Amino acid sequence: MTDLTAPSVQSTDVVPARSRFPLHIAVFLAPALAIYTLFSIYPLIDTIRLSLYAGDETGARSFVGLQNFQTLLSDPNWSGQFWNALRNNLVFFAIHMVVQNGIGLGLAMLLSLPRLTGGSVYRTLIFLPTMLSVVIIGFIWQLILNPLWGIAPSLLKAVGLGSFFGPWLGQESTALLTVSLISVWQFVGIPMMLIYAALLNIPDDLLDAATVDGAGPFSVFWFVRLPLILPTLGVVSILTFVANFNAFDLIYAVKGALAGPNFSTDILGTFFYRTFFGFQLQVGSPTMGAAVATAMLVIILIGVLIYLFGVQRRLQRHTF
Amino acid sequence: MTFRPGRIAVHIALILYTILALGPILLILINAFKTRRAIFADPLGLPNGQTWTTIGFDRVFANSDFGLYFFNSLTVTLVSLVLIVLIGAMAAWALTEYKFTGNTLLSLYLAIGIMVPIRLGSVSILRMMVELNLVNTLTALILVYVAQGLPLAILILGEFIQQIPKDLRDAARCDGVSEYRIFFSIILPLISPAIATVAVFTMVPVWNDLWFPLILAPGDGKQTITLGVQQFIGQYVTDWNAVLASLTLAIAPVLVLYLLFSRYLVRGLTAGAVK
Repeated sequence: MTDLTAPSVQSTDVVPARSRFPLHIAVFLAPALAIYTLFSIYPLIDTIRLSLYAGDETGARSFVGLQNFQTLLSDPNWSGQFWNALRNNLVFFAIHMVVQNGIGLGLAMLLSLPRLTGGSVYRTLIFLPTMLSVVIIGFIWQLILNPLWGIAPSLLKAVGLGSFFGPWLGQESTALLTVSLISVWQFVGIPMMLIYAALLNIPDDLLDAATVDGAGPFSVFWFVRLPLILPTLGVVSILTFVANFNAFDLIYAVKGALAGPNFSTDILGTFFYRTFFGFQLQVGSPTMGAAVATAMLVIILIGVLIYLFGVQRRLQRHTF
Repeated sequence: MTFRPGRIAVHIALILYTILALGPILLILINAFKTRRAIFADPLGLPNGQTWTTIGFDRVFANSDFGLYFFNSLTVTLVSLVLIVLIGAMAAWALTEYKFTGNTLLSLYLAIGIMVPIRLGSVSILRMMVELNLVNTLTALILVYVAQGLPLAILILGEFIQQIPKDLRDAARCDGVSEYRIFFSIILPLISPAIATVAVFTMVPVWNDLWFPLILAPGDGKQTITLGVQQFIGQYVTDWNAVLASLTLAIAPVLVLYLLFSRYLVRGLTAGAVK
């Protein structure tokens, strides 16, 4: 930290100084930089370093280079689980992108209609589930979908879909989809709010001009509003991506650390937890855990870089 | 008020979605106050004279330290929020007010934390907390949450500080007031409206988090309410009254606070998004 604040001393001395001694800049910055560096950046770097080591039973660590990653990607004991978790995570993300952000966009369009009565009431109520803990939401849906209680089948029967019901959370074929939709249900408020705010920011003259020029509501949406909110859709996508590839709480609450049935709901977050802490017969390994965390970090960084250099650049060119 | 069929369709769609969003939560709340028989016989009915009971709540309080967990969560959340706002405002002030070499670099360095989840450093965080003897303490959670919340708070508070008129501080500087006093007596009181926005982004994730309590403070009566409920339900899966009551106890405070402050929260969220 000292090397970062030291140049400031010189430069403010050269620039006509508003203050006598710029020590105060260092004082203002020090607490934030210290806590942030110590408990956020340092652990991330140390995790990457640890991923290059292997530990034995005695606790001694030795440098093994990229061997942990080789194990993760190709050792039959590990790679199956890793690729399974990654694949499930991609499905989890795809469902969020299509369903959560699709519904969020739809709701935002409805809410941004001019002179809509009760708009803020709808907004507040629809956003409510987002405020609750993922764990609580997981348990709520676990109860509702529990065939023992029978509320889900009787509600479905009321709308004529009674035969459609199954133990969705318990079947290998439907568990991942069900868990994803629970998460979608909870977080639909976030894309809704962000897109709503972006839609409000579009000047009315633009929409009026398009209407005067003979554009119908559909073309106004497709050719005027949608291009203008593309940057927000980009932000929503990257937020969804980072949140999904970092998710853990919901699966852990609903399906436990084993992410059953038969690992069908296992995503990278639960895989990381099991690798790090161990579970039942599996012994936890900090170094392999660090390797999984580093792999997740790489995946998230790839996503962020694609967003920053691919999506965001193109969007800026588009809007200006 | 003109009668337009299109508008009615819009309201029907919004009302249906609102029911979908609130239904599951209401279902838990109403059944928490019903007897076991009524929970199964008539899950959609409101509790009445015959079916009303608080036996689930009695069992929760008898078999768990719910009050303690609640207090732990409250302590962690409030202390984290105060530290994030204070320390974050100091850093945001330094970065927006003073021009110095490395300013941009520092801002970028702080921005890493917005995109990269601190969770991925958990292996090292746990090692560090073991060495510092902070495992199973609320201090460990607070330190991690402050580190996690600072980057976004600095971004939001920085934007807010930029909107404060320059004349104010320049006048103070002419009078020879120190930079510290300018910050603590002029700037800090002026940014209090931004606290609502910072709170949306920092308090809610902290209150709801399961990961760090599970890893850093899973026992010794240091559980937060989210972890406490998770552990409690794990033990009492088959006791529907107790499960529903514990869920209700976890939902209720958030629900009350949200409905009281939703105007600020929603405004903060949409204002932040515009930027």
